[in-house]
Amino acid sequence: MQLIDQHTKKIMEGCKERAREAGLRFSDETLEYIVTNRDMLELHPKVMIPTLYDYWVHDVEVLKEKGKYELYPHNPYETVINTRPPISFYNDNNPDWLNVMIFYHVLAHIDFFQNNLYYRHTWDYDLTGKALADKRLIARLRSEHGRRLDYVIEFARSIDNLVGYYGELSTLFREETPPLPLRLDYYFDVFLQRVKKVKTAGYVQEIERYNRCMRDFGDLGEETFFAEVMARHPEFEALYLKSRSEERRGRPDLMQFIMEHSPFLNREENRWMKSVLEVIRSTSVYFQPQMRTKIMNEGWASYWHEKLFLTDDRIRGREVDFARVHSGVTCLHRVGLNPYAIGMRLFQHIEEQADKGRISLEFQQLADSHARQEFDRGTRGGTAFIFAIRENLCDFSFINTFVDQDFVNRHKLFVVGRRLNRERMTWQYYVKSRTAEAYRAMLTDSLYHPPVIVVDEAKGEGKYLYLDHRFEGKPLVKDFIGNTLMGIEYLWGGPVKLETSEVGLPPPDEAVNPPERQQKIHWRRYVYTMEDRKLSRTLL
Amino acid sequence: MELQAMAQPQASHTTRIRSLDELLERDRLREEDGFPRKIRIGKLIKPGAGGKEKIVVVPTTVEEKLIHDRAPEETEEDESMGGTGDGDEGEIIGEQPVRPQQGGESGTAGHGEGEGHELESTAYDLGRILTERFDLPNLKEKGKKSSLSHYSYDLTDRNRGFGQILEKKQTLRRILETNIALGTVTDMAEIDPTRLVISPRDRVYRILSRELEYESQALVFFIRDYSGSMEGKATEVICSQHVLIYSWLLYQFARQVETRFILHDNDAREVPDFYTYYNLRVAGGTRVAAAYRMVSEIVEKESLARDYNIYVFHGTDGDDWDTNGEETIPELRRMLAYANRVGVTIAEHTYGSSGNTEVERYLKRSGLLEEKPELLRMDVMGEDAEETRVIEGIRRLIS
Repeated sequence: MQLIDQHTKKIMEGCKERAREAGLRFSDETLEYIVTNRDMLELHPKVMIPTLYDYWVHDVEVLKEKGKYELYPHNPYETVINTRPPISFYNDNNPDWLNVMIFYHVLAHIDFFQNNLYYRHTWDYDLTGKALADKRLIARLRSEHGRRLDYVIEFARSIDNLVGYYGELSTLFREETPPLPLRLDYYFDVFLQRVKKVKTAGYVQEIERYNRCMRDFGDLGEETFFAEVMARHPEFEALYLKSRSEERRGRPDLMQFIMEHSPFLNREENRWMKSVLEVIRSTSVYFQPQMRTKIMNEGWASYWHEKLFLTDDRIRGREVDFARVHSGVTCLHRVGLNPYAIGMRLFQHIEEQADKGRISLEFQQLADSHARQEFDRGTRGGTAFIFAIRENLCDFSFINTFVDQDFVNRHKLFVVGRRLNRERMTWQYYVKSRTAEAYRAMLTDSLYHPPVIVVDEAKGEGKYLYLDHRFEGKPLVKDFIGNTLMGIEYLWGGPVKLETSEVGLPPPDEAVNPPERQQKIHWRRYVYTMEDRKLSRTLL
Repeated sequence: MELQAMAQPQASHTTRIRSLDELLERDRLREEDGFPRKIRIGKLIKPGAGGKEKIVVVPTTVEEKLIHDRAPEETEEDESMGGTGDGDEGEIIGEQPVRPQQGGESGTAGHGEGEGHELESTAYDLGRILTERFDLPNLKEKGKKSSLSHYSYDLTDRNRGFGQILEKKQTLRRILETNIALGTVTDMAEIDPTRLVISPRDRVYRILSRELEYESQALVFFIRDYSGSMEGKATEVICSQHVLIYSWLLYQFARQVETRFILHDNDAREVPDFYTYYNLRVAGGTRVAAAYRMVSEIVEKESLARDYNIYVFHGTDGDDWDTNGEETIPELRRMLAYANRVGVTIAEHTYGSSGNTEVERYLKRSGLLEEKPELLRMDVMGEDAEETRVIEGIRRLIS
């Protein structure tokens, strides 16, 4: 691994100037490294962070990747990581014109990392530095605790998709509310009603007393009012402060909950495990936005490398070479999904729509297809509009808002279905639907979406860690439940229950004579219990 | 300060990656610590020209998490993907065989990435390992042969005028015919070879040509009891043994194995693939005879006995409503008439008393086990049997 040479760095700096002129915004400093394909394989399981902590599963992945490479050698163009400064990795021996294209692609990625609001929590620190500190911590703990450390990593990683990423983001976007009336709100809304459970008459009495205090004592009214509250309920202040601190922190995710409340982790001799959990959790939170903006991010990068390359005066005469590489990256496959292709075309489509003033109610209400085709208010402003999109949206909102019938028709997109032909014993692929609705559904279905699983303390009755899976029409992968729960049981130090929905047994009359095709799906709530590393399941 | 005083690491992280053996040793330690093993040895296979494959052994593991599965839809239609291009809704744009076709142009025709192929390839390799490492016996070839669309090249075709090898006898015949016609041979008893006229067209050569090859071929019926009592470990044991048997046969017959999967509770039904075979569960009662009858019916209806070596493997927990085998034993006899081997595996529940299941009792009482040891085998094990025991079981069933 080495830095690119001065000649190539100069090309990069030239690209930066042109990209800035076009409107992209990114930090001045960037680091570019030349790596071999072998380096790439080895960095891949570590999400390209050379300083990520060591873990045996990464070794397994590396050995697997090496095997794959032996059979199917491949040559990736680049990889960028979202660090301060941003680091990108390249293969050596790219011709200059190709580097120009790749650099634009990389700069657009960096622009995306540094401006899309879903990355906001990653803006204020350098992951490589933090990862290095984490790596040293883990290495030290491994020398002290041996392979127990690896079990803790394993079990922590088994729940690192359940981190409260949106909760984390919301703390960054929270507006400061004036602190004063909160005490009053808490007293009337929570304390009296939920803690003390006073009758309506008592509640009204208190309101009257408050009004009286305000009338009689003016500025000191509230103080006087609360003086009596303190006298009557000495516990009020403590409860109020506790509720405030909880409110500020939001609802803890499963990992945080375990770190705070696990009797096992909070034993003196096990406290080191909590720091491991913290490392795993923060690393996972760091990578969450990448997974949720794949289509946008790749689309954005492809959009810009095309646009900037074609206007770059330095590479005249290389247009054909460029076209070959570019179309390889961004072609729409007959069957299959290419995030580069969809993302780039969608940005181009949106820009054009905005340029013609079609992102408007007037256009949306238009039903006449000819009028829709001709519609052009000449408003321009498309570029500014896609910049706003790259700042504010993630894949879900991007697709859900902008994949419309016009877009689907324009690129002849369709949903491919697969069905079994019993006579010929073949899978037939066919055009299932050309509606925007179906295409959108297919795209959103392919997006990253971890299940929502929350801790239900009431149902746990103080005996179990009770996890409630909020059912969204999809079951959990059954094979993974056992080992995951075993890990949670280890970290929790006691039995764990997981409530989830699964396809239940059909009614008895169908069971005797199972029909060829299951007509109806019967969803049932089941509870899995993991106790002493034994899994059992009961129907609720 | 201290950080700066620390020595630089001696090597890059890449040189510290553990070897496969180290990883496997760590996996063994997991078991000691009371956690299940996590590393599997997998193989990557790249099909090449001329049936030559490149195989690489790699470790694999899965990091289990609570993640969404696909929502179950209608069974025959799964997954949708994206596509681009022309074609009306409903129009078929491509087709792929569910099971890779046998034979084909080069022995192993190029398949896509179909899962069937993946399973087949790994299963074939597993079979080889079972045969080599666990000393499973080789099969004796039986007389039944069946033509396959499998070709080899041989010097068989004849051609006049050119070719690779001169067919002397045929050539002499032709020369004689020519000379008789020309009248140069008058006395058949005394031919003077020096006087014979030889036309170029008289020379008969053998040339290289495609020939059908005949190979023995196996048909395996896997029968599994999927009644209510089979829930859990018993199913696991049976299925894992059936996977191993399947692999081993695949190797033994150089992939010329066809499989049929039959599930039974009170009734028997055939299912299309191993996946369904493995996964289906119901809660009915148990009648072994129904499954045996179904096998015989299939064999008779499709006249399979003529062309195939037929193997039947049946896995059950030993439950049968037909307590004395009154129905089952005659069906079994009927099967033994054409089968090369019938192997019955009983995975006993831990809560029952050993050696006391219905199937085991009536099989023993029927005397068939002693009468036809070459055709009928039985293996009884606990439902929590380890892998080594399962492999040992295979040896009992097929040796």
